[in-house]
Amino acid sequence: MSPKTLYDKIWDAHVAHEADDGTCLLYIDRHLVHEVTSPQAFEGLRMTGRTVRAPDKTIAVPDHNVPTTLDRADATTMTEDSRIQVEALDKNAKDFGIHYYPVSDVRQGIVHIVGPEQGWTLPGMTVVCGDSHTATHGAFGSLAHGIGTSEVEHVLATQTLIQRKGKNMKVEITGKLAPGVTAKDITLTVIGKTGTAGGTGYVIEYCGEAIRDLSMEGRMTVCNMAIEGGARAGLIAPDEKTFDYVKGRPHAPKGAQWEAALNWWKTLYSDDDAHWDKVITIKGEDIAPVVTWGTSPEDVLPITANVPAASDFTGGKVDAAQRSLEYMGLTPGTPLSEVEIDTVFIGSCTNGRIEDLRAAAAILKGKKVKDGLRAMIVPGSGLVRAQAEEEGLADIFKEAGFEWRLAGCSMCLAMNPDQLSPGERCAATSNRNFEGRQGRGGRTHLMSPAMAAAAAITGRLTDVRELM
Amino acid sequence: MDPFNTLTGIAAPLPLINIDTDMIIPKQFLKTIKRTGLGVNLFDEMRYDDDRNEIPTFVLNKPQYRDANILVTGENFGCGSSREHAPWAIKDFGISCVIAPSYADIFYNNCFKNGILPIVLPQEQVDVLMKDAEKGANARISIDLEAQTITNSEGEVFSFEVDAFKKHCLMNGLDDIGLTMEKVAAIDTFESTAAQSRPWV
Repeated sequence: MSPKTLYDKIWDAHVAHEADDGTCLLYIDRHLVHEVTSPQAFEGLRMTGRTVRAPDKTIAVPDHNVPTTLDRADATTMTEDSRIQVEALDKNAKDFGIHYYPVSDVRQGIVHIVGPEQGWTLPGMTVVCGDSHTATHGAFGSLAHGIGTSEVEHVLATQTLIQRKGKNMKVEITGKLAPGVTAKDITLTVIGKTGTAGGTGYVIEYCGEAIRDLSMEGRMTVCNMAIEGGARAGLIAPDEKTFDYVKGRPHAPKGAQWEAALNWWKTLYSDDDAHWDKVITIKGEDIAPVVTWGTSPEDVLPITANVPAASDFTGGKVDAAQRSLEYMGLTPGTPLSEVEIDTVFIGSCTNGRIEDLRAAAAILKGKKVKDGLRAMIVPGSGLVRAQAEEEGLADIFKEAGFEWRLAGCSMCLAMNPDQLSPGERCAATSNRNFEGRQGRGGRTHLMSPAMAAAAAITGRLTDVRELM
Repeated sequence: MDPFNTLTGIAAPLPLINIDTDMIIPKQFLKTIKRTGLGVNLFDEMRYDDDRNEIPTFVLNKPQYRDANILVTGENFGCGSSREHAPWAIKDFGISCVIAPSYADIFYNNCFKNGILPIVLPQEQVDVLMKDAEKGANARISIDLEAQTITNSEGEVFSFEVDAFKKHCLMNGLDDIGLTMEKVAAIDTFESTAAQSRPWV
């Protein structure tokens, strides 16, 4: 048998039909649904008299629109259009009989945090969601990617997707990470190297010692941002850490099924002599704590660097960089560590898990948020919030002066009331620094939770290693 | 879905790279539960100022491009989120064809589901068409999907590649779900086999 990559193996196990021209119907094991990209899909089913083919494999949770303030049970905290979207999901989940975690459920949270937490995401699965950060689930060695609303409807109706196979790309991070360097720094550094289109057409498998050393939470952070490098999906081969994380979760297999699943999962790795269409290798020790300076996730620099000039770039990037610098209100040559911020946002599907909160708490313990700064922590799910309270992290955040919020996407994309004002500068643990992403005119610098916590203390972009 | 065969019209030049889905349709317009009506908010933050007045220098606000139905733009167009609101907004504005050196994967795929033809051309050819588009409304561009050609106002012809299945669906305005339903037996078979081999799924 010819050697295969992990992606090849998962793909081959899910092809339900292949046409002569190579167009495949890929069977979908898990379909995650949220309120923003699904209403038109359910409406499409109603208009054509179709049903959900596999409601047992379909899981819905509202996350993008929901307020994260403590008074959110009061429906007036939502704008009318947001409320309509959330109510539409309530109704669609009920009408079509799919699994549902409503806003009032303690398990509610960001769809990409809830899926793994509840054991819906398992190794070797195909997982899709009408959300580009579905790549997160690749951390379990599952083929997971975002889809548009037409495809959401297609999966609801047929439990398949019309697909052509992508190419294989290996991103190896060798050796150990230095202190203060995290999964977020790995994933941003990779994007800085490949550019936001470097992964287009590929599925990335992340491997190497530095990846193996990461916790499941860290691996999810790495895979989450595969899409920011242009790759629909990022993958990490499952190992004992994966199996330990999954075991005992509500929807993980049990008993004899667990053993059978484990036997298959242990075959899910890339064969030694598998073919790679593209390979990138980065030494773990060369990765520094990084921040973004511009309006594309590829605009990554170590915190010790200076703001670049447009003339440092070539081609279309010259104009793009000039536009970014103007939008971000930055002067070339300024040390990044002198850039003052107004707001700190810790949360999102990239960095809203318990380990992220622990990392932030380790920096914030006994410290105070700089006067005048707005700082909020939005846990990724109700269960992450509960665990952080149990571990005493919430007290650290509150004593430091952070707002301690309920779960949701919040200021990552600012569809709920958590938004930046024009010109407001934010240290954010989210995934996109696009113009207007966190609010019209808002300026976003992406970084790790530890770096965001450090920035909260000093009021400027800060090298976390100075506070360790 | 509207079938796409030929298109002749005005091309609007938008020479920026990495135009992301937040630029195409900002998040505040994702709260709709419909697919239509988003055209007025296409490129909203580049198109309107804080008081909702049109910014006259933005290409789609210029008189000669208000009726554009083709967009010529830079590499990695449509990067970012999977929101299908991006192609919905483009289509609702009246644009049915985008020409760029490259696209983000999910956006590219979403276009075909909505009767929009995203054409990939080498940068040098996009540059020629960009110059042509900059001439304004008199410089009309023609697209022939069947022949896979673009003809600019100078009569220059450019050929482009497109996946045969996607082309077939676009030309006939086919509904993907209907096509897949014809293969339901294969899905049934796959599902029952998988229920044996991977019962935990």
